[in-house]
Amino acid sequence: MANLKNAVHLFRMAAVFAAGIVLFLIVRNIFVPKSFGQYGHYRAAALKEIADKPIMFAGHGACEGCHTDVFDLKSKGVHAHVACESCHGPLAAHASDPTSLQPPKLDVAVLCVRCHEAGVAKPKDFPQVVSAEHSGGVVCNTCHQPHSPRIGDAATASAEKSSGGGQ
Amino acid sequence: MNLTRRRLLYLLPAAAIAWDAVLAGTPEAAPNYNMTEHWWGFLIDVTKCIGCGTCVQACKAENNVPDGYYRTWVERYHVADWNFENPVVDSPEGGLHGFPPSDKEGGKNFYVPKMCNHCADSPCTQVCPVGATFISPDGVVLVDKDYCLGCRYCIQACPYGCRFLNPQSNTASKCTLCYHRITKGLTTACCETCPTGTRQLVDLKNPNDPVHKFIETHSVQVLKPQMATQAKAFYYGLDGSVR
Amino acid sequence: MHGIPVEGFMYPNEVELQWSVLIVLYPYITGLVAGAFILASLERVFRVEAVRPTYRLALLTALAFLIVAPMPLQLHLGHPERSFEMYLTPHTSSAMAMFGFVYLWYLMAVLVLEIWLDYRRDIVLLSQSTTGVKRLFYKVLTLGSDNISPQALELDHKLGYIITIIGIPSAFLLHGYVGFIFGSVKANPWWSSPLMPVVFIFSAMVSGIAAVLLVYMALCKLHGEIIDMACVDTIAKYLFYAFVIDFSLEMLDLIHRIYEADESFRSLDFMVHTKLYLPHIVIQIMLGTMMPLALLAVTQVIRLNDAGRRMLYAVAGCLTLIGIFAMRWNVVIGGQLFSKSFLGYTTYKIHLIDREGLLVAIALTILPFFILWALIKLLPPWEDVQGEHLATAYGDD
Repeated sequence: MANLKNAVHLFRMAAVFAAGIVLFLIVRNIFVPKSFGQYGHYRAAALKEIADKPIMFAGHGACEGCHTDVFDLKSKGVHAHVACESCHGPLAAHASDPTSLQPPKLDVAVLCVRCHEAGVAKPKDFPQVVSAEHSGGVVCNTCHQPHSPRIGDAATASAEKSSGGGQ
Repeated sequence: MNLTRRRLLYLLPAAAIAWDAVLAGTPEAAPNYNMTEHWWGFLIDVTKCIGCGTCVQACKAENNVPDGYYRTWVERYHVADWNFENPVVDSPEGGLHGFPPSDKEGGKNFYVPKMCNHCADSPCTQVCPVGATFISPDGVVLVDKDYCLGCRYCIQACPYGCRFLNPQSNTASKCTLCYHRITKGLTTACCETCPTGTRQLVDLKNPNDPVHKFIETHSVQVLKPQMATQAKAFYYGLDGSVR
Repeated sequence: MHGIPVEGFMYPNEVELQWSVLIVLYPYITGLVAGAFILASLERVFRVEAVRPTYRLALLTALAFLIVAPMPLQLHLGHPERSFEMYLTPHTSSAMAMFGFVYLWYLMAVLVLEIWLDYRRDIVLLSQSTTGVKRLFYKVLTLGSDNISPQALELDHKLGYIITIIGIPSAFLLHGYVGFIFGSVKANPWWSSPLMPVVFIFSAMVSGIAAVLLVYMALCKLHGEIIDMACVDTIAKYLFYAFVIDFSLEMLDLIHRIYEADESFRSLDFMVHTKLYLPHIVIQIMLGTMMPLALLAVTQVIRLNDAGRRMLYAVAGCLTLIGIFAMRWNVVIGGQLFSKSFLGYTTYKIHLIDREGLLVAIALTILPFFILWALIKLLPPWEDVQGEHLATAYGDD
């Protein structure tokens, strides 16, 4: 039908397109990250990168070794299941090198009410008080030992050495 | 302290245990973590949440979450009588500093912690144009921040509002289930610090995991089940009014 | 938080809008591309002779807008330097990823190829008659071939016809995909709908046809040419038909929502009546749809003189363009103003000077016209270089 001579420009255009596709495939081969697709449609190397992020909270298991006395006291009281770092904040740096980071002093007045201030949405069986009426302005650890806070617990009486109490 | 022989006998094994625990917190440890042995999920017991916001603070500290954005947050619900299609909800700064006193009278009031549901069939990973967000072989939905374009399609696609654009990296960001911790035998920062046991990590591939057993034997819910995302954050005691 | 006023309750991460006015602009621009191309195909494939004077202009308009289309996207991305990843590792389950290829296909295999084939004779002649940089430019475009024999041109013409045929579904795909990008998001009830791609396509056709109509009339005025009334009458007729379909689809969506009243309805309804009242009810529906429909209907029913019809077409065209922009705004911005908890609303704070701000949006809207101006200079749409009218260049089809 068509004289090939008259279609030269079309072949050239087709060649331009083909060259473009080939170039694209070459570039793709160079730039797609090597670990891509190993487990799925993503860079497998990302898994390790994410897993290697620094840790800020040491975890409750880390404190027991050095702070045995407080740990034992706490485990016998009602705060047994409250992790140390729940109140003391992230301390992985302190756990790996105790001298590198001194745990900050806690503001008891703010800390205790965060959990124990009475609120309508809190579970009814959770110990909560209206702090203004409860203590008449006296700070919580005047009467309550934070590591074993229930007044009258046997452990409280002998807990002079442990941290807390007027801090 | 005085290093008497007796003291040493107590201290050495204690030190050994402590050292193990410390090691557990360092990146080089836990070389025997095998992704295929785990399928991570979460359990939130709404009946225990006291809205203290400790989880929100812990997450922020552990993951360097920028101000005004939340990888996890707590909502407070007020449901008047039986009117659960119109709850009144608030979440001041995501519950970061707890909640101010409520002015609501009567009705049902409770807290609901929220987070990424690490959906097994997540719409967010489906829409990512380049494969920058994905579910890991152990069931955690993650974002590759060196590959993410910041197009925000995943943020639009998440039915739960758990994603945001991190203004420092200009990439999508969200709860990673503290992947850097759970792959080393630790638990997530929010579970670690939750004082009431509301939040618990669960390994759905481990039949002996007590939380797994709980999910198998109690009525649990997921958020927006109609979205059919196979959410893996299970709720116990979730009221029907929760959005 | 963020200094953005919130009413009711929103999930904390929802307060800040993710997709800005640039993401409103992007479907608007691709819509104009698709619509302009469909108008061009009316002549080429459906043999609507009357609109021939706008054939080349429609193609150039489509190209000018298509070149600008990726720019709002690049300005929006957190990492525009990584946008090429969409071509390297496209996630086949993502509509956005596949769109990258649809765009490339449409740009290269449809639009550029069709323009090249249609203009080839002029390009060869211009490569011989001009000097300097321009000469080099045309020479490159000729791909080294100066064969403009009748047989070669016949070949070009046949191939162009095939490409236009392929181009019609490609144009629907180009813009339908954008609709699907929104329509497939199950998390967002304002967007999630099978009607979304269809509504987008028809509103694209409406805006594209209106754009070419206005550009043609404006260009004639600027060049001191007489406006071909048979041409604009026909274009206006097709604009009217497309509009009727578009309006019916939008009404269908609205009525369906009101009737079914699912869990999202009350929240969305409230939003449309308050936050979206101006952009949706007033601008999109009343000014942008009902007014132009009424004006166009008038021209179909009452015999007006040429000047009167031109005036009505111009007004209807402008209102249409504004209305379709409002439609994109209402979809994109509207879809982010309400909370997925259905308990609250946020506000869109648009900045004047910002990577995604108002000035940038305005600049991107104007830019295609500058590009079009340059294209018209390089590839004159209505006369070939020897002054012969387009109609005689190929003879009858």
